[in-house]
Amino acid sequence: MATLVFLEHHQGELLKPSLGVLSKAAELDGDVAGVVLGSGVKEVASGAGAYGAGKVYVADRTELERPLPQPRVDALAKLFQEQDFDTVLFAASVLSADVAAGLSARLGAGLNWDLTDLVQENGNLVGKRPALGDSVYVDVGWSAEPRLALIRAGTFEPKQTDGEAEVEEFDVEFEDFSLQATMVEQAHAESEGPSIEDADVIVAGGRGLGSPDNFKLVEELAQALGGAVAATRAVVDAGWYPYATQVGQTGKTVSPKLYVACGISGAIQHKVGMQSAGTIVAINKDPNAPIFEFCDLGVVGDLHEIVPKLTELVRSRKR
Amino acid sequence: MKIAVCVKHVPEGTTHARIDPQTKRLDRSGEGAINAFDTHAVEEALKLKEADGGEVLIVSMGPQSAQDSVRKALAMGADSALLISDEGAAGSDLVATTTALAAALEGEEADLVLFGQQSSDSDGAVLWAAVADRLRRPVISQVAELAVSGGKVTGKRQTEFGYDTIEAPLPAVVAVSDAINEPRYPSLKGIMGARSKPQRTVSLSELGIDSGAAGEGGSKTVVQGLNDPPPRGDTVKIEDDGSAAEKIVDYLAERKLV
Repeated sequence: MATLVFLEHHQGELLKPSLGVLSKAAELDGDVAGVVLGSGVKEVASGAGAYGAGKVYVADRTELERPLPQPRVDALAKLFQEQDFDTVLFAASVLSADVAAGLSARLGAGLNWDLTDLVQENGNLVGKRPALGDSVYVDVGWSAEPRLALIRAGTFEPKQTDGEAEVEEFDVEFEDFSLQATMVEQAHAESEGPSIEDADVIVAGGRGLGSPDNFKLVEELAQALGGAVAATRAVVDAGWYPYATQVGQTGKTVSPKLYVACGISGAIQHKVGMQSAGTIVAINKDPNAPIFEFCDLGVVGDLHEIVPKLTELVRSRKR
Repeated sequence: MKIAVCVKHVPEGTTHARIDPQTKRLDRSGEGAINAFDTHAVEEALKLKEADGGEVLIVSMGPQSAQDSVRKALAMGADSALLISDEGAAGSDLVATTTALAAALEGEEADLVLFGQQSSDSDGAVLWAAVADRLRRPVISQVAELAVSGGKVTGKRQTEFGYDTIEAPLPAVVAVSDAINEPRYPSLKGIMGARSKPQRTVSLSELGIDSGAAGEGGSKTVVQGLNDPPPRGDTVKIEDDGSAAEKIVDYLAERKLV
């Protein structure tokens, strides 16, 4: 087995989900290479040696500076012409999902997504995928090589080793259509205040709050519990709360001891960002909300009544 | 401008959906509905048409029952529909679906191909990028704000690090997020008129696709087994009778969380 791991980077650092996948690949198979695509990334690439990559292939081109998928598909397809890999692994992200899918079409290669584990069974690679709202775990495989897989972000922890990687540059020829999409602007939301990623207690609000003003209910409860405030993508995109507080697929992944979800339905995009919390308490007026399938304590009721009472009770315990 | 919107017919409500243990395929025998994420793409296409004129074509692939979802999109206001329906396409994975869908879209020469952000049954969020590669067109995904002017499409989207604004010349492929709009409900007039709108059904051979490139035979991934999810502590579910706040505090106190 020869495995290639797509290593995503941001502001000069390899991303943790990618390194986690790299560590897992090294554990399954000694022969693991990484690939780093970007502009001015040779130094970044060498860091992958400490997470299990024996070799890191690098394409260093200005066309790869912006995080757009199609030039990356060209680069990976070119690498495939020169090297033999039977497996390519990606940590799922907005960028890598598009790269993996494009490569699947280019190579005619099977892609399995949203995997939460990878195992070797009788010499075959098998992926585990939670399906239908995580009500069933599907074992997925591949009938041909190369095998492509997107791993759910945050699934594997990076494990540092004392290894070193040999960095090898390769050349890319870009397809005309791959360079047609251009990045006009990248607005990086900078976070303010303490990061929700380090908080022991998080109180989160969703669309069920009804209006941005009602975030004060969430803020007051968070303050009483000594915790931080988080939000869903729906309310962040609606401008109710800042992006830095967003939990979920395109936001942060958190694992506090306590997560109180107020007016959050529990869509899969949100769930992946908070399901590893120690205790999950959900308050929602819809008894069929998916969040009731994976919380520890589910309260069906009106958060506008329950949350202020809860805040008051928590405060009075502290007095 | 011609806009093609790809929609999927999915089993209604994931809580009742099941995977057939024999075929290891999703059981599609029950009630189905249009993938809710795709209705945002239909809505966006209709908005673009209302602003600048043009036509909206619905493209789907699925069993004959997928006509229900196609008609829903037509009832919302789309102009015509193309359904790829062929028993040989059952069990298609990403590679096989891409081949069929790209072949159908190839013949339509749409200026803009729209997708929703994912399918609710397979949780797949990858098809657009595969189809774009096959069509050799630029792709922008997860778009929460879309604008088309001067032969160009501009999309703003959220990523793990903030907001990107990406521009591409038409023809292009765009996947929209569900944050982009609130899909309209079909009007009674729309529902009545949907049946008489042009609807074509094509087979794989009509698209020039070899049977070996479709369905399970054309797929490169396999489902090997089904397992129960790992157990999570039992969920305690209560209805608020006025004492929910007290019960929450008791629950947290027992676990030393307050």
